[in-house]
Amino acid sequence: MTIPLRAPRDIAAPGTGRVGDSPLRPDGTLKVKGEFAYSSDLWMDGMLWGATLRSPHPRARIVSIDIAEALAHPGVHAVLTHEDVPGRKHYGLDHTWDQPVLAIGEVRHQGEPIALVAADHPETARRAMDKIRIEWEVLEPLVDARRAAFDPAYPQVQERKNPARHQPVRVGDVARAKQEAEVVVTGVYEVGIQDQAFLGPESGLAVPAEDGGVDLYVATQWMHNDLKQIAPCLGLPEEKIRMTLSGVGGAFGGREDLSMQIHAAMLALRTGRPVKMVYNRHESFFGHVHRHPAQMRYEYGATRDGKILYADVEIILDGGAYTSATLNVVGNAASLGVGPYEIPNIKIDAYGVYTNNPPCGAMRGFGAVQACFAYESMMDKLAAACGLDPVTIRQINACKQGSKLATGQVIEAPLPMAEMLQTARELPLPPPLDPTDLRNLPGGASQTTHGEGVRRGIGYGVGIKNICFSEGFDDYSTARVRLEVIGGEATALVHTAAAEVGQGLVTIEAQIARTELGVDRVVIHPADNRVGDAGSSSASRQSYMTGGAVKVACEAVRERVFELVPVRLGRTYPDLSLEGGKVVSASAGVLASIEDVLGEEVIEETREFHHHPTTGMDPVTGQGSTHTQLAMCVHRAVVDVDVELGLVKVVELAAVQDVGKVINRVSVEGQIHGGSAQGLGLAVMEEIVVTGGKVRNPSFTDYLIPTVLDMPPMRLEILENADPRAPYGLRGVGEPPTLSSTPAIVAAIRDATGLDLNRVPVRPEHITSPAAP
Amino acid sequence: MRVSFTVNGRRETVDDVWEGESLLYVLRERMGLPGSKNACEQGECGSCTVYLDGTPVCACLVAAGQAEGREVRTVEGLADGDRLDPVQEAFVECGAVQCGFCTPGLVVQAHDLIERVEQPSDAEIREALAGNLCRCTGYEKILDAVRLAAARKAADR
Repeated sequence: MTIPLRAPRDIAAPGTGRVGDSPLRPDGTLKVKGEFAYSSDLWMDGMLWGATLRSPHPRARIVSIDIAEALAHPGVHAVLTHEDVPGRKHYGLDHTWDQPVLAIGEVRHQGEPIALVAADHPETARRAMDKIRIEWEVLEPLVDARRAAFDPAYPQVQERKNPARHQPVRVGDVARAKQEAEVVVTGVYEVGIQDQAFLGPESGLAVPAEDGGVDLYVATQWMHNDLKQIAPCLGLPEEKIRMTLSGVGGAFGGREDLSMQIHAAMLALRTGRPVKMVYNRHESFFGHVHRHPAQMRYEYGATRDGKILYADVEIILDGGAYTSATLNVVGNAASLGVGPYEIPNIKIDAYGVYTNNPPCGAMRGFGAVQACFAYESMMDKLAAACGLDPVTIRQINACKQGSKLATGQVIEAPLPMAEMLQTARELPLPPPLDPTDLRNLPGGASQTTHGEGVRRGIGYGVGIKNICFSEGFDDYSTARVRLEVIGGEATALVHTAAAEVGQGLVTIEAQIARTELGVDRVVIHPADNRVGDAGSSSASRQSYMTGGAVKVACEAVRERVFELVPVRLGRTYPDLSLEGGKVVSASAGVLASIEDVLGEEVIEETREFHHHPTTGMDPVTGQGSTHTQLAMCVHRAVVDVDVELGLVKVVELAAVQDVGKVINRVSVEGQIHGGSAQGLGLAVMEEIVVTGGKVRNPSFTDYLIPTVLDMPPMRLEILENADPRAPYGLRGVGEPPTLSSTPAIVAAIRDATGLDLNRVPVRPEHITSPAAP
Repeated sequence: MRVSFTVNGRRETVDDVWEGESLLYVLRERMGLPGSKNACEQGECGSCTVYLDGTPVCACLVAAGQAEGREVRTVEGLADGDRLDPVQEAFVECGAVQCGFCTPGLVVQAHDLIERVEQPSDAEIREALAGNLCRCTGYEKILDAVRLAAARKAADR
């Protein structure tokens, strides 16, 4: 096999950190030196550059495509259309197979791939793309998500009918509860389209192999699921496609769907040359799915003292043209539609629909984010209506261990929500505004105010997120662990297919191996598909699932070491462990070094780890024990708002999160910080603006993500109430803070301004001209 | 065209450069220095920050020809062999690195800051790094790293 320059290789994990410590990242030194090879850094002699021609129209028929002139362009080696897709013409997550590899006769969203070019320079490829002649019949785009959900006369977007999924939840008797409620509040909420905006663009290298297959070096969240889609489309058996995870520059859900994988492989197989594809930022905005925009209508009834009697909820999620993860996003929005509150009567209807708007799918928080903004806004509204403060109303209705979610699922692990809220409330507040330094003010160095018109507000948000896949999915993980003596030292090699996307999975894999095997030296093998499925790096699940797989694989290796003890030492011990490089008997003390027991032996074990089974949601009532694990974050936000200009400065974000068990404190803090930042982005700045199905702001000039000036200092309280079913008691960390920071910040802006603010992101005009749309 | 400039102390010459290529492209694809990153290629994210004649610039906004005869220092040129620069060391130690795609640009930008300002205040650090986007960390640990690197540098002075 020919290996590209800078292909991933084994990395030794530095330090000796066990579970609970914070050793340095194995890839950290390479990353700060600029030597870590991302998927866009690969290079191979004789490689070509691939490019993708995309649709300028959100909905149009392709009358004809003429590639002749492009193909004749000097330096061009291939121009491919749907006719050149060797196998299945469609791919898609969750066996939906509804997304064309390249458009066939029509396009259903702006940016849909139509043709591919391979050329000897990226600019040559771009110029050749300009020479592909397409005759269009442009159609009126279908962009009304509400009509798509409810109007049977609304035209179909694709073969699968609208709605893509309707998931009801029915608990108790909402009609009767409506008669009994003493206080009723209603809200209509909207969430704009958020982009993952990972910094490393979609990219990779496809290398044609001698066996007629292809070697793919890509940045993805789930190689094995990629493979299940790539292989049929290429018309190749899976074993002829060797995938290796290259450096991933962030993911956040945006790499769960395929991007350039099949395209680069097609070009490589056609040209017989390695083909590199790298999207630029503009293309990246069209190259992956986004967070579903949502339209939500809520009605809550309660007693005068604040106990919620019923919730009547409608959620519409616009998935765009293709299914992607919409079906499961709807499941999350429905099952977590009223959040972590005990409500005796519930009616929820969640819909996912097809339109010609940008395709939406997985993003950190996955359906729970949208609902959380609405249900937390409702809690504040109810608090005001009952004359209670925001923390008290939440405590009155808070779920706890033993409570039931809307689905009827009993919360089996500890959930000290009321106490977490109390903690958040009692954390010290930041000092009052100091207007003498302009940099502290909303607008900062732009000098838009000297403190006049600036008002402070405080708000709270609580989010509950399912960890691991739900609704009966067996998203197991696999780990291979090898223990042998190398250079006189016992060395563990950990090999999984799990995607390190920045979250620090490789760090904790090493920590777990050290903990279970008692060795210091751990080497992390590159993730590839020569080992079993690890599931996706999403749903905050890899610490639980791949962490769990590494743990059980290490336990199996450890048993094999113990089996060597009688061979080496001539007698058996019932009470062995591996600690500090030694084989230890609880009764007889240190027996020997691990190296001495291992000798020349190479022990390798591969194990799968499965979480406990979950059920689906009842199609009529939504009932079921659907979630594997639940995790919670509570935020308190403090903001300063310039009410004259509508500028917001988030002064401080405090987070209280229960992580079950801290495996690596630095990583846990980093996840909470980063998740909170993405929630801040959704609260006050991030939105893909779409008009008539067309994206208006596909650049970092116009799609803003938080800078270091936008992110306030954060105060964290990290709790460790173990989940007894999870490895080490841990809970997934990454997503919960992305849920709760958004409503906390918006609540704080409401507190400062007295405005309703029913849409995120909150824009300046929403504050200065509240009636504006 | 032919382009020739000094990179990390070494004189480099490349031929057949298309006039539209950026300094970033030439570094990454022609000189084997992919450390400077291609996150936006429109001067918004700072991940391609390099020194050009001692001043931090976005390499994506510099045409390759503009670098002719000048001195470029990239993230690959900060460490002294295996000895990391204090900024690099602090980034690893403090957990300022997650996916790491923003890291090379931030490291160069922070390196420039603490060269210029002995003990930067938080407000100065934030202002200096405001042109560098990070999507993973929420910046808290990046601030920790810059504070630590500045303190160590001051102690060495």
